[in-house]
Amino acid sequence: MKLNAKLLLSLAAAAALGLSAPMLSAQDAAPKVIKIGYAISKTGPNAGGANITQIPNYQLWVQEVNAKGGLMLKAYGKRIPIEVVEYDDRSNSEEAVRAVERLIEQDKVDLLLPPWGTGINLAVGPTFNKHNYPQLTFSAVTDRAPELAKRWPNSFWFLGTSKQYIDAFVDLLVKLRKEGKINDQIAMVSVADGFGIDLSKAARAGFEKAGFKLVFDKSYPIGTQDMAPIVGEAERSKADTFVAFSYPPDTVALVDQARLTSYAPKVMFTGVGTFFPLFPQRFGENAEGVISLGGWSKDNKATMEYREKIRKLVNRDPDYWGSQIGYSSLQMLEQAIERVGKIDRAAIIKELQTGTFDTVIGKIKLENNMPKDAFWLLGQWQDGLYVGVAPQRPGVADLRVPKAPWKK
Amino acid sequence: MSARNLAISAALVVAVALLALVPSVTNGYQLSLAINIVSYTVLATAWTLFSGPTRYVSLATVAFFGIGAYTVAVLGEELAWPLVLLIAFVIGFVLSLLVGLSTLRLSGVYFVIFTFGLAELVRQLVTWYEVNITRTLGRYVFVDITTSQIYWQLLALAVIVFISGWLIQRSKLGLALRVIGDDEAVARHVGINTTLAKVVLFAFSASFMTLAGAIMAPRWTYIDPAIAFNPVVSFQVLIMALLGGVHRLYGPIFGVIPLVMLFEILLAKFPNHFSIMVGIAFLLIVYAIPRGIVGLIEGAQLSLNRMKGAKA
Repeated sequence: MKLNAKLLLSLAAAAALGLSAPMLSAQDAAPKVIKIGYAISKTGPNAGGANITQIPNYQLWVQEVNAKGGLMLKAYGKRIPIEVVEYDDRSNSEEAVRAVERLIEQDKVDLLLPPWGTGINLAVGPTFNKHNYPQLTFSAVTDRAPELAKRWPNSFWFLGTSKQYIDAFVDLLVKLRKEGKINDQIAMVSVADGFGIDLSKAARAGFEKAGFKLVFDKSYPIGTQDMAPIVGEAERSKADTFVAFSYPPDTVALVDQARLTSYAPKVMFTGVGTFFPLFPQRFGENAEGVISLGGWSKDNKATMEYREKIRKLVNRDPDYWGSQIGYSSLQMLEQAIERVGKIDRAAIIKELQTGTFDTVIGKIKLENNMPKDAFWLLGQWQDGLYVGVAPQRPGVADLRVPKAPWKK
Repeated sequence: MSARNLAISAALVVAVALLALVPSVTNGYQLSLAINIVSYTVLATAWTLFSGPTRYVSLATVAFFGIGAYTVAVLGEELAWPLVLLIAFVIGFVLSLLVGLSTLRLSGVYFVIFTFGLAELVRQLVTWYEVNITRTLGRYVFVDITTSQIYWQLLALAVIVFISGWLIQRSKLGLALRVIGDDEAVARHVGINTTLAKVVLFAFSASFMTLAGAIMAPRWTYIDPAIAFNPVVSFQVLIMALLGGVHRLYGPIFGVIPLVMLFEILLAKFPNHFSIMVGIAFLLIVYAIPRGIVGLIEGAQLSLNRMKGAKA
């Protein structure tokens, strides 16, 4: 009964809106386009990541919205197409700040999409905040995310903190140790750059707290190509678990080296790149069993469709961590705008903070400007798909340990 | 002081006063464009201060600029702002003395390569320290400094750089440096302590760059070595100074303004072809205007005068 009443009420509301909308549009001229701007790294060291995780999402989303005729703004009773203004921040913080200011002040964009990467998202944070534009970041991992969300209530941190990933990983390892599948020794290597340092720092604390022994712990400079000494030492350490917080080139080099020397740790975790489409292309069957961040639901039709769309658009797969989350954040933005029904940025931010949204990765409701239990923190290559193995939520795949021996 | 000099000085004072009003008449974007122009003016002029007379081409600009930014990242939240700037200046000065003493005996292309390597060396040292000692890479700069305040500080720094440059040119040191630039061997023979002269000037030039980095740091909120030690900055400063002309202290301004504007236009109109456009622009500058815009103007003036002379 209650449901019916609700339904009736919303029908009535819809009818009322339908009636009132034409009147409104007569008084208030509807804008011709909704201007959406972004500055992103098209050149420089960040271009690779931006091109895989972020730019295809922007293109796909704008294309889809405009195919529908644009965003539905109730206040004017019609759909209004999106017009994009884009700049290259050249992987430079100062350029990014200026480009965002340019978008706001010169181009007078209605909304902004975020740049790529932790550093640049932080750099433009004060500017987004000053002008109160929603900032839905999905390529920034920072342990200060909760604090930043408080400082800048217009900012949303979809990928969260490094600690949450480590906590999920430690839970998995503790379970495996209890089952007698691994010993209590861990070998860890990390790249000497933001990602490697943040995660290895969180991991050191997490492993120790759970009673694991870090028998090998080394960082290597960014750009290191020869992984033979590192893999050799890790192998001699007799640890059952090998963890590498690496960047794409080193991830590939580490796995290559491990295969070459037939080093087969029972648990093998590698960093950024593992969840990129290039990984299974390069390693084929040998990718099986490798664990990393992110993950994909194996029986979610919406994400599979999303993958097809990205494939059609850019001729390659999305990555299996940030891409789907990024696309979901755009869907959330779209729904928030349509619910508010006009470009009222304060109201859109409020809606993003409090509403519940339907996305390709499922229903999302934010808590303190961050999604909770909305996506996979860890994934593993299983039968050619990078499936989510943690946290424990519906659709979780069983972790396969030990990793199968290398095939040459 | 002659009437002409007095008039010039008065005009400059008025110009600076007018420039100080920029934040109250611009929007955020225009102000950040102004910040970009003033910060590159400081860097390119500081660069010319040393490299102009001595003809030592330095690519170490970003090494010092980055050190300044890092000083703020480390101390910004701990100490009072003027103290932070003072420390940045001292660090830049001491470090450039050390670097200068050990490298200014190099000449020509060896010096260029060394300075380029220096920026990378400093970046790797900072990275090593952060990775192994503090175990954090990337620092947060949360200091309460507004964009307008950044602009005013940069403007003040620019004035200081110009005044110092002017004083140095009029001093014995300036004369010594010009001799060194023309022929270092001759300079040594006439009894100039060439190393001392070069090192002192290098240290001044570098500490101004360090200060510029410190002043700019609050703009970014987050700093890591890749952000602070971005080699593109060194090259941009070099090309701006060359375009303006390095044989006059005020030359670089004529390079900074057109290039900053050019970069803005290219970024806005050709976001996907920026790098290739900049490359073409650089080639044109080096081939077509080897003596810079100031050189071009002076050349034109000279031939104009000659024509007048011929008529008379």
